[in-house]
Amino acid sequence: MKPEWKLSPYLYILPALIILVAFRLIPIVMSFIISFYDWSIQGTGRFIGLENYATMLKDPVFWQSMLNTFWLVIIQVPATIVFSLLFAVLLNRIKLFKSFFRIIYFMPYVTSLVAVSIVWKLIFNEQTGLANTFLGYIGISPQAWLSESRGIFYLIFSSIGIELPKALHGPSQALFGIIIMTVWKSLGYNTIIYLAGLQNISKDYYEAAEIDGASKGKQFWHITVPLISPTTFYVLIMTTIVSFQTFAQIYLMTDKGGPLNTTKLVVYYIYEKGFDLLEMGYASAVALALFVLILALTIFQKRVEKHVNY
Amino acid sequence: MSNLRSIITYLVLIIFGFTMVVPFLWMLATSLMTQSEFNKQETLFIPKEEYHVWNSPEGTKRVLMVTPKGDNSVIHVLDKDLNIIEEYKEVPSSEVEIVRKKPSFQFSNYIKAFKKVPFGLYFATLYVSFTSLIGVLITSMLAAYAFARMEFKGRDFLFYLFLSMMMVPQPIYMISSYVLLDKLNWLDTYNALIVPWIANIFTIFLFRQHFKSLPKELFDAAAIDGCSTFGMLWRIIMPLSKPVIATASIFSLITSWNSFMWPLVMINRPELRVLQVGLSYFNQEASTQTTLLMAASTFSILPVLVLFFLAQKQIIASTAKTGMKE
Repeated sequence: MKPEWKLSPYLYILPALIILVAFRLIPIVMSFIISFYDWSIQGTGRFIGLENYATMLKDPVFWQSMLNTFWLVIIQVPATIVFSLLFAVLLNRIKLFKSFFRIIYFMPYVTSLVAVSIVWKLIFNEQTGLANTFLGYIGISPQAWLSESRGIFYLIFSSIGIELPKALHGPSQALFGIIIMTVWKSLGYNTIIYLAGLQNISKDYYEAAEIDGASKGKQFWHITVPLISPTTFYVLIMTTIVSFQTFAQIYLMTDKGGPLNTTKLVVYYIYEKGFDLLEMGYASAVALALFVLILALTIFQKRVEKHVNY
Repeated sequence: MSNLRSIITYLVLIIFGFTMVVPFLWMLATSLMTQSEFNKQETLFIPKEEYHVWNSPEGTKRVLMVTPKGDNSVIHVLDKDLNIIEEYKEVPSSEVEIVRKKPSFQFSNYIKAFKKVPFGLYFATLYVSFTSLIGVLITSMLAAYAFARMEFKGRDFLFYLFLSMMMVPQPIYMISSYVLLDKLNWLDTYNALIVPWIANIFTIFLFRQHFKSLPKELFDAAAIDGCSTFGMLWRIIMPLSKPVIATASIFSLITSWNSFMWPLVMINRPELRVLQVGLSYFNQEASTQTTLLMAASTFSILPVLVLFFLAQKQIIASTAKTGMKE
């Protein structure tokens, strides 16, 4: 390499680096510091040590928001994986109208969350919404959707006469509606990712299986599923990270995380505490807790991935 | 057997394809209805209009039906602008008839919606999106060039530092960024929406992949001709990178156009709001004016959808690439 390259690489990186240090690294460190302060907008706040964290652990709304977020992630992530893999497999099979379907499935992903949330809020409207109109076609009585605080599993099972224990009531129907909408929005993106993964699997495997007389179902479980697992891990990690950050839907579709806080997700709670109630120190503590949680989960998933993949 | 399979495949794809587009079609249809038509919920997708007229001795008049009463009907008589000019008039039912118009589109909803979510927001959002784009392209080109084609100490470390900083979710540093931008006196300015976002790891990543794929011979030849390091970026890489620059630009534009939480927090003055935030305020203020809300939503997504339809091939292809392992 020529000697003049010694300094210049850093100069090329500098603009991006300055922005990143100023607007990522410093704020991340700051949010750690602020979490030890009683901090509102004015002034510099008062150092209170771990008090914010102690308050957080005793705050029922914080735990409620964590539980809500947990339900969201635990339903949304598998649903996204199952549906997008299904669509990718189907799209991979067909020849006619392939790009037409790809465009249709991808459309929700590029449109703004704000507009889409507003539309889905109306879709879930009890009187005038499309959701209840369609339920009516298949003979199901109108649901309250976004204003229903009772658990979705409770509602389903009690309609067939089974009483579930409280712990199994599941997310409220309101939160379930938000999950449906969010899965709908991100499905196209993940389908495209899966489709790319499927096209990387060599046809030879399927031909060999065909010769051995393996059924299509067997081929799916023993060839497609294992060989697509790197993509599945990518989708798993990305969807998990994104799910934890759900905010706009809650802000636009619900009344401040209602009914009865059942749609208050942790990022909405951070927003509410930080910018509505101006308890920025406390909100930073919650943000840090979320950060640690996401980080731990990502590392855990990466570890598992190493064990599972070839 | 395989015929049946492909019929089922298409059937499933079509059914779910419907769920993908129905919300959009419904939004469009609702945006073209009158509010009372929407409230009645008789039409779902093709807006129609229904009203009563009274064939009076002096000519036909628009009326509001109040109630039938024996062989007569009680009506309000309306003028041309649909104001009531005569209340509770009793006329023979045989003189009153229903007029049905189908389809009937209320394009005026869009004009009304534009008054509520001002058109000026379009320009503000365009300004923010394009300024960010220029910043993103410059920083990403330079950084990706160094990462792809130069050898230096700490290169991999720096790249992973970039990557890991970008992976930190936005809500984590939202509050501290607010405090920081407050200290810089940048709140309520477009700087707050632009400057923090002009470094983008996705774009750096995309460019780096592409720059790496260019043949080494090109650079060797240019070096022999006495081309400087920067000259190579300008004269060799740039002309060979037009497609990838176009793709990165589309992604950057869509992302800034759609971004919501950040501008919601950083901008408080109504006249500085960007489109998404303006729309969200309209959503709070006008939750009963469904048709206007849908009109506003429709025009807010229109530019992105047009861009998407024009460039769907590139968008889908590079989305597929980002999911691949290196």
